Amino acid sequence: MTVLDIRDLSLSIGSTPILKNVSLSVAPGEILGLVGESGSGKSMTALAVLGLTPPRATLTGEIRLNGQVVSNAPDAVMQQVRGRDVGIIFQEPMTALNPVMTIGDQVAETVRLHKKTSRKEALAVASAVLDRVGLPAERFPLTRYPHELSGGQRQRVAIAIAIALTPKLLIADEATTALDVTTQAQVLDLLKRLVREDGMGLILITHDLAVVAETADRLAVMKDGELVEEAPVDRIGAGMAHAYSQRLLANATHAPTRHSVPQADAAPVLQVEGLVREYGGAPALFGKAKTFRAVDQVSLSIQPGESVGLVGESGCGKSTLLRAILALETPQAGRVRVKGRDITAARGAALKSIRRDIQVVFQDPYGSFDPRWKVSDLVAENFHLLDARPSPAEARRRVDEMLDRVGLNSAAADRYPHEFSGGQRQRIAIARALITEPSVICLDEAVSALDVSVRAQVLDLLADLSDRLGLSYLFVTHDLSVVRTVTDRLLVMQAGRIVEQGETAAVFAAPSHPYTQKLLAATPDLVRNHVLEKETAG
Amino acid sequence: MTDAPAIAAPAKPSVRWPLSLIVGAGLTAVVLATALLALVWTPYDVEAVDIAAKLTAPSAAHWMGTDHFGRDVLSMIMAGAQNSLIVAFVAVGIGVAIGTPLGLTAAARGGWVDELVMRGNDLIFAFPALLLAVMITAVMGPGAINAVIAIGVFNIPVFTRVARGAAQGLWTREYVLAARTAGKSRALISIQHILPNLLSLLVVQAAIQFAVGIVAEAGLSYVGLGAQPPAPSWGRMLAEAQTMIGFAPWLAIMPGLAIFVTVLALSLTGDGLRDLFDPRVRRER
Repeated sequence: MTVLDIRDLSLSIGSTPILKNVSLSVAPGEILGLVGESGSGKSMTALAVLGLTPPRATLTGEIRLNGQVVSNAPDAVMQQVRGRDVGIIFQEPMTALNPVMTIGDQVAETVRLHKKTSRKEALAVASAVLDRVGLPAERFPLTRYPHELSGGQRQRVAIAIAIALTPKLLIADEATTALDVTTQAQVLDLLKRLVREDGMGLILITHDLAVVAETADRLAVMKDGELVEEAPVDRIGAGMAHAYSQRLLANATHAPTRHSVPQADAAPVLQVEGLVREYGGAPALFGKAKTFRAVDQVSLSIQPGESVGLVGESGCGKSTLLRAILALETPQAGRVRVKGRDITAARGAALKSIRRDIQVVFQDPYGSFDPRWKVSDLVAENFHLLDARPSPAEARRRVDEMLDRVGLNSAAADRYPHEFSGGQRQRIAIARALITEPSVICLDEAVSALDVSVRAQVLDLLADLSDRLGLSYLFVTHDLSVVRTVTDRLLVMQAGRIVEQGETAAVFAAPSHPYTQKLLAATPDLVRNHVLEKETAG
Repeated sequence: MTDAPAIAAPAKPSVRWPLSLIVGAGLTAVVLATALLALVWTPYDVEAVDIAAKLTAPSAAHWMGTDHFGRDVLSMIMAGAQNSLIVAFVAVGIGVAIGTPLGLTAAARGGWVDELVMRGNDLIFAFPALLLAVMITAVMGPGAINAVIAIGVFNIPVFTRVARGAAQGLWTREYVLAARTAGKSRALISIQHILPNLLSLLVVQAAIQFAVGIVAEAGLSYVGLGAQPPAPSWGRMLAEAQTMIGFAPWLAIMPGLAIFVTVLALSLTGDGLRDLFDPRVRRER
C-alpha cells in the first residue's frame, strides 16, 4: 500500500508542457528526495498532488493519495484533502506564516478547519503538536507571534501546521534552503523523526543533492519536467545510471582547476586590522545607549592571487564586515588597507582611486542591477571611478571586450538585465566588477542562488580569471560546500569574531574550534559521505 | 530557490490595460479637449450679458441654460475648465518640483536632514489641506495665482512622503550598493537610480493630487478666494447658484457635474495607472 501513487502525470499551461509522464510513488515511512534544477518541475509536481496548479493548467494522468484519486478532483474535495491527508512546508517560513496570528491559533486553525472541535480543544492539540516539533509550551507559549521566533523555530511552526492532523504524506518544498546549516540539520532530523514515528511518507524537494544523500531513502531526479532517474539513495555514491544525474553530482562536487598560486611573499592586497563596527540601539533615557557590536576586532589579510573564504551563519557579522571593507559603512575602529592604502580614511578622489582596486559581486542576480539600465550602461558604471573617463565609443569597446571575457557575446550589451538567466546575470555582475581591473573581488554569496550546473560554470570562470589576471577573491558565504573547492584559506566567523582560520584543506580535515566542528558536522557533504570513499578506494 | 524558469523569457507578456485607466484617460481627454476648444471657441461670449435671456432653462439655444445675467452656462463651464485645470496642474507641478527633491534628499542623507524634512512635512500635514489653502489665500489675498500657491504648498509634503518612502526601500537594493562601490555620490545615485525607479509612483500620485487640486480650486473659488470675476470659475458659479437653486437648479447642477466628471476622470486615471504599474495588483484581477 503506497501513500502516494502518481501515474503518467502530464501537465501543461497553455501549449507549454511543464510535466511529462511523471510516475512515482511514496511508501509509508519513506523519504523520497526529489531533486532537480530550477524549472525542472519538481515544485509543480508537489502542487499537482495538492491540487494547487495554476488556473489555466491542464492535467492528465492519475494521482492517488491513500488510494483516493485526487487528480482533477473538485476544489471542495481537495480542501478536505489538504491538511488532513497531505501537508506541505514551503521554503520561506516568514511568509508562510500569518504575521498577525499567534502560533497557537495558526496550528489550531488547521485542526478546526477539519474537525468540529472547540477552540480550546484545538489549542490543546496545537500545544501537543508544537511540543512534538520541539517548541514546548513552557518555553514557547502558544501566544507567541511568528516575528518573536527565529527562522528555524518558524519552520518548526510550519511543520507543526502541516502535521497537526497526522497526514499520511508530507511535502517539504525546499523547506531547509533558507536556513543556516546547523538549523537545517536540526529541522531535517526533526522531519526524519516524525516520518519514523508516524509512518508518514515524505517528499523532500530540494536542489541540494547533499541534503538528499543524508536524509532520504530513495531519490528521484527531474529534468525539464521529466523524471530521469529513480534510485535508492546509496546509488549516489555507487554511481547513478542516467547521464544527467551523473552530471548533477559532478557539478555539485565540482572543483575548478587553478594554476596560479598565491604570492605569499608579496605585500597583501587586502589588509584588515582590528576592525570594529557597532550599531547604536535606541537611546536610553538614563546612561549610555546599548550598542551592538556586529564586527569585533577582526583582522585578516589576502595575498595577491589568493582566494579566501569567509564563512559563518546568518547574523555572524560577515555581511557587515564586507560592507566595512568596501567602505559602504564606516567602522568605529580599525583600518582596511587595499594595496597599502587606507580605504576607511579616504575621501573623494582618493577613495575613488582605491575603489578601482576592490570590487564586489552580490548574491542576488535579480536585485543587483537597476532594471531600467541596459547591460552596456551597467557594466560601464564603474568607469565613474576613473579620472579620465573613456569616450562613449571607447567605453563600449571595453564593455564588449569584458562581456566576451566573461563568456557573453557583445549582443548582450544592448539588452536589459531581465532578459538574462541567473547565471548570465552573475556573469554580467562579474564583468561590471572587472571593468576597472581591480586586484580584489569580494563575492557576497555570489554563487549561492545558482543551480549547481550554473554554479560550476561561474566557479570555473572565476578560477580562470584569477589565473589570467592574478585576481584575489574574498568569498563571503554561509555555504561551506562552496568554499571547499575554490579557496586557499578559510576564515570562520562567529558572533562578530573570527574564531578559526587556516588552509582550507586543513580546516576541513581537522577543525580546531568547536564552532567550526559543529558547522562542518551540520553541513550535508557529498564529498565526505560518498564521493570521498570512492576516491580513496580508487 | 523556487522553480523559476532557467532562461528568462525574452517575450514581454502582453499588457492588459486596466478598465479604470481606459475610462479615466478617455474622460480626461474629453475634459482637456473642452478646455482647449474654449481657448478658440465657445458657443457664446463668456462675458456677454443678455438680460432678456436671463435664467432660461436648458434648451436648444442654451444647452445648459443661462444665469441671472443671461450668460450662457455651457460657455462659462468650458472657459472655467481652463482655470480649474491650470490651477490644479501648476499646483501639482509645485508639489512635484519641491516635494520630490526634498523626499529624495531625506532618504539619501538620513539622520538629522531626514528628521528636519519630515518634521517640517508633519507641520504642513497637521493642517487640513483646504483649511491651509484658505489660510494662505486669506493672508496673501484672493486670486488665481495665490490659489495655485496655496494648493501647491499642501501638495509638497504629499510628494515628499511618497518619494522618501519609496527611495528608502530602493537605497537598500544591491544595485544601489553597486553604484556606491562605483564611487558615485548620493546625489548622483538619487538622480540616476532612485528617481527613475520611483517615477511610476510619482505619476500615480500626481494624477490623484490633480483631482484633489480641482476640488481645492473649486472650494477656494466657492468661498471667493480663487479666480476673481469676471474670469469664469466652476467654484464661483456654484456659489452664485446657491441663492437661485430653488428656481434655477441647472445653475448649480451643471458646474457641479463638471467638477464631478473631472475629478472622477483623474481619480480613475490615477487608479488605472497604479494598477498598470503594480504587477501584483494586476495579477489579482
